[in-house]
Amino acid sequence: MKDKRCSEGDVLGEIESGMTIGIGGWGSRRKPMSLVRSLARSGLRDLTLVSYGGPDVGLLCASGNVRKVVSAFVSLDSIALEPHYREARQSGRVEEEPWDEGLLLLGLQAAAWRLPFLPSRVGLGSDLLRLNPRLSTVRSPFEDGEELVAAPALELDVALCHLNVADAGGNAAFLGPDLYFDDLFLRAARRRFVSVERVVPTAVLLAAAGTEQRVRINRTMVDGVVERPGAAHFTSCVPEYERDEAFQQRYAAAARTPEDWAAFRAAFVDVSEEEYQARREKSA
Amino acid sequence: MSDGPAATARPSRAEVCVVAIAECFRGDGELLANPIGTIPMIGGRLARATFEPELVMTDGEAAFVSNDEAFAFPDGKVVEAYNPYRAMFDMVWSGRRHVIMSGSQIDPFGNQNFAAIGSDWRAPRVQLLGFRGAPGNTIQNATSYWIPNHSRQVFVERVDVVTGVGWDAAAALSNGAARYFALRGVVTNLCVMDFGGAGNRLRLVSVHPGVSLEDVEAATGFELALADPVVETRLPDANDLYLIRQVIDPGALRELEVPGPPS
Repeated sequence: MKDKRCSEGDVLGEIESGMTIGIGGWGSRRKPMSLVRSLARSGLRDLTLVSYGGPDVGLLCASGNVRKVVSAFVSLDSIALEPHYREARQSGRVEEEPWDEGLLLLGLQAAAWRLPFLPSRVGLGSDLLRLNPRLSTVRSPFEDGEELVAAPALELDVALCHLNVADAGGNAAFLGPDLYFDDLFLRAARRRFVSVERVVPTAVLLAAAGTEQRVRINRTMVDGVVERPGAAHFTSCVPEYERDEAFQQRYAAAARTPEDWAAFRAAFVDVSEEEYQARREKSA
Repeated sequence: MSDGPAATARPSRAEVCVVAIAECFRGDGELLANPIGTIPMIGGRLARATFEPELVMTDGEAAFVSNDEAFAFPDGKVVEAYNPYRAMFDMVWSGRRHVIMSGSQIDPFGNQNFAAIGSDWRAPRVQLLGFRGAPGNTIQNATSYWIPNHSRQVFVERVDVVTGVGWDAAAALSNGAARYFALRGVVTNLCVMDFGGAGNRLRLVSVHPGVSLEDVEAATGFELALADPVVETRLPDANDLYLIRQVIDPGALRELEVPGPPS
């Protein structure tokens, strides 16, 4: 089995301006934040993000890396509206391609199955079809003749996810309440990277996961594994850690003025991941 | 069950709202009651604990739980089944769910907006939640709304963005696309409404104690149809109050969502 362990820097080396990046997790839960932070430092531009959005989207919008966001929401969960994303939207700096949460699942599933689209009723009667030019309708070829929404395949250049535990080959498990749609993001992408709290030998992966039903990511879905304890901070990574609410509030408050953001950025973005982890522990 | 002193104090406006939310689920049977928001969570629990015992409810995360308490589970969760997000969409699309959503704007036909305020999607005046699951919820399972701040900012003639489908938009769909559309009603901090007006327009059904018809009309940005007669919203009985105050929401989080004097 190939050893796919690598660093955040190695992953960054595979990403170019203008790419479409899918990011796993949900809201402010189990986001691959160490990879997001390295993207925020990168100077890459015009990225399209596909995400059940949280601070991954907000941080990259604030850092000027984003041209377009493909999402159904961007939220910090305990802070309902992501302030950095709001600022980017209200100033018109970032384009939003709106999706319904479930329709987004279908777009990822279509890409994962290498289909052009999947049909659904979701979107009919709403303004999704008016505001998302990529959505279209398709007529059922059967007797019902029903007109349905065609959710186009959301093909990703790169997928970034954070799991709890993996082996060096990229078999990986989630230990929290929900996988979310991480498997679909990884299957929908050309290049696939996971960060994890810890890498263990394959022989003990099952023991670390507790049951094989939690080992939902297999190594055909992964090109690189970044071992980085605390990588999801300040989002939650249950059972290792809950969301760091105090830090999240600090992050949110940094959207108030450009000076606040510059100070936050200098302290917690424009530093190495090692330095970030040291500083956030000190600031707790 | 004892009626302590806490159960005999007059019901607050929040507690009246809890009962009105509970009533939304009457007749639903073995369906996922998925009320989003503080008072909706309490109201759904109350419906299950009293007149709608077969309802299924979540822990707010990835499980269905039997617990009567709405927010904290001091004695642990009684898990009935696993329901991660992916399974939640199976619940929505199979129609085994009745959701109560919020709304930043609602129009006379129940079109809902909680995505953004302003006419320019490229740079909205106020970015709100986004579409979330509203398009799918409204076209595939039963939907009601909870508005804790009934005002002319919320009840508008025309919403800026249609996130949740209203009766007129559903009626315009062809080939049975709206066959599962089931928009039921709206509960606010002032009143209860359904869509029994002409052409399925919003209709005032009941006002909460202490609220007048004029209060509701003054807080609504369009003409409301009126039930004949408009009655007073059902008050919680002693058992409702015991359950709300002692069992479901002992932390009184409901009073934070709808503050106010006793009715």
